[in-house]
Amino acid sequence: MLREYLPVLLQIIVAMLFAASALLVSVLVGASGKRTRAKDTAYECGMIPQGEAQPRFSVKFYLVAMLFILFDLEIVFMYPWAVVYKDAIKQSSLIFWSMLSFISILMVGYIYALKKGALEFRK
Amino acid sequence: MPPFLFWLFASLMLVFGAAVVLNRNPVASALSLVVSFLGLAALFMSLDAYFVGIIQVLVYAGAVMVLFLFIIMLLNLRAEEGRRINWLAATGGIVVALILVIQIFSVIGHFQAARQTFPSLERSTTDDVWNIGALLFSNYNLPFQIVGVLVLVATIGVVLLSKREPR
Amino acid sequence: MDPFFIITSLLKIVGILFVVILPMVSYAVYAERKVSAAIQDRLGPNRVGPAGLFQPIADMFKLLLKEDFTPRNVNTFYYWLAPCLAVMPAIITIAVVPFGSTLFGVPMVIADVNVGILFVFAIASLGVYGIVIGGWASNSKYPFLGGIRSSSQMLSYELSLGLAVIPVFLLVGNLRLTSVVRYQIEHGWFIAPFVGDWMNPWKWVLAVPMIISFLVFMIAIFAETNRLPFDLPEAEQELAGGYNTEYSSMKFALFFLGEYAAMITGSAVIVTLFFGGWHFPGIPDGSRGWIFGVINIAVFFAKVAIMIFIFMWVRWTLPRFRYDQLMRLGWLFFFEIALVNIFVAAWILAYFPSS
Repeated sequence: MLREYLPVLLQIIVAMLFAASALLVSVLVGASGKRTRAKDTAYECGMIPQGEAQPRFSVKFYLVAMLFILFDLEIVFMYPWAVVYKDAIKQSSLIFWSMLSFISILMVGYIYALKKGALEFRK
Repeated sequence: MPPFLFWLFASLMLVFGAAVVLNRNPVASALSLVVSFLGLAALFMSLDAYFVGIIQVLVYAGAVMVLFLFIIMLLNLRAEEGRRINWLAATGGIVVALILVIQIFSVIGHFQAARQTFPSLERSTTDDVWNIGALLFSNYNLPFQIVGVLVLVATIGVVLLSKREPR
Repeated sequence: MDPFFIITSLLKIVGILFVVILPMVSYAVYAERKVSAAIQDRLGPNRVGPAGLFQPIADMFKLLLKEDFTPRNVNTFYYWLAPCLAVMPAIITIAVVPFGSTLFGVPMVIADVNVGILFVFAIASLGVYGIVIGGWASNSKYPFLGGIRSSSQMLSYELSLGLAVIPVFLLVGNLRLTSVVRYQIEHGWFIAPFVGDWMNPWKWVLAVPMIISFLVFMIAIFAETNRLPFDLPEAEQELAGGYNTEYSSMKFALFFLGEYAAMITGSAVIVTLFFGGWHFPGIPDGSRGWIFGVINIAVFFAKVAIMIFIFMWVRWTLPRFRYDQLMRLGWLFFFEIALVNIFVAAWILAYFPSS
């Protein structure tokens, strides 16, 4: 089975070479112009840049990313479940209920996050 | 997996693992962590643990993204880069690490099972995702539910810590 | 490792990348301009060659010959790394998608791995790094905001993406994408099971969660590829160009290429999961002669082209969401629907008599 992953490795190498060579070619054949101060400044539609280049952003972006990991873990468990489901359900319906209980436990956290407005970007 | 690929991925992992610690720039550290995890995923796959290997990439890609956002949100990169290495602490760390390595070698050297060579394992013929699912929902059903509770606690913790209560 | 296997793999990789994906990307850009022109009652590109057909080639040379400028206030290494990171995931994910049956006995999939769909998600989730690092390394306001927006958007919709496909794998019982296609050849396409015992009411009941799955999955792919109505990371009216504002020449082209390649890969995955992949009722597979192998490949890419057309149609029809609407939609609506949908499908499988 490991043999099937060899083409993946080749594909990754080809993708890397492709990206690197595209950049290299454009450096070699691309035009070169003068470096001026105006050209070096950050683009803000022609205005002179104001304030910090990297403004502060809402903590919610960070919160969403953290919640993503937690719910991603839940999804990861669902794949082995989906794969064995068809075979296991023939013997007993336990597999259906055990996943349902697992998800219900997590839904408590989901509802808590919703009620606390953790996913509300409006405010 | 041919041995040179094992050495390639193992060294990739170790070099970038060291880079996580040695880099002065936190962004470089976070990205080194991703490369290190990619090497680890490749090693898992060489052990026929394809599911675990791919999960390593899938989950940690998101996890390191969190780290990345944390860095650009809370740390002052210029100040971090300017920080000097504390040589006293570094020497102490190296000494502790060396003692640990010596300890591991001496313990393994006296351990009977570690000396004999094992017969090579049979390659599994069934799908490893299926094996994990079959075990998870029969023998390990209770631990699985407890993992659910653990994740629930983490969810509540995340919301509670990053959300200020309105007064 | 036998050399035959390595050589055929390399041929497939190079063939798919340079003969299919890259021309498809350039003509997708052309098609996008033509489609938008048709929708807005304009002509679109019509100067270079007949009906403007050579426009993509001219564009390619123009992008190559432009000045490759690196502004002084950027973070040089990451500024160069980001376009590569943006283009690589889309190219790598195509490796596990079966694009044909067999040709001269060689299976037409680059790598038939046993965690197929998870491989697609794992590599696609690395795509967000290209955008976020590009936005951060540019050291400029608009790219930075674009990068931050894309981090939350792409992560949020990955949840719906992951949940939406689970009903498919409940039925297939295997994460291989080739198994998904084989299942659909025997039992009919997931959203329209006309093949085999199509009179069986069970299959039509199951088609309902499948259609919901398909809709959620497709909309999540829109969000993952940053296309309208989810193009907030590069919303022109608010953020100049979004995360690629500070980029020029080939580096800009690589971001562009990555976006279109992701769209093509996304369409290919949708076609594989829900529309039977390379299968078309009545056409045998490649074991009956090489001509059928070629037809299978043509059928697959024809389906992909139709999906891409739908992508464009949606882009030029719908207005953009606001950021809070986008998050609400992802976390409340699609997340819940996809989750309920899984249990509906599982319940039907468990308690609805199958024959």
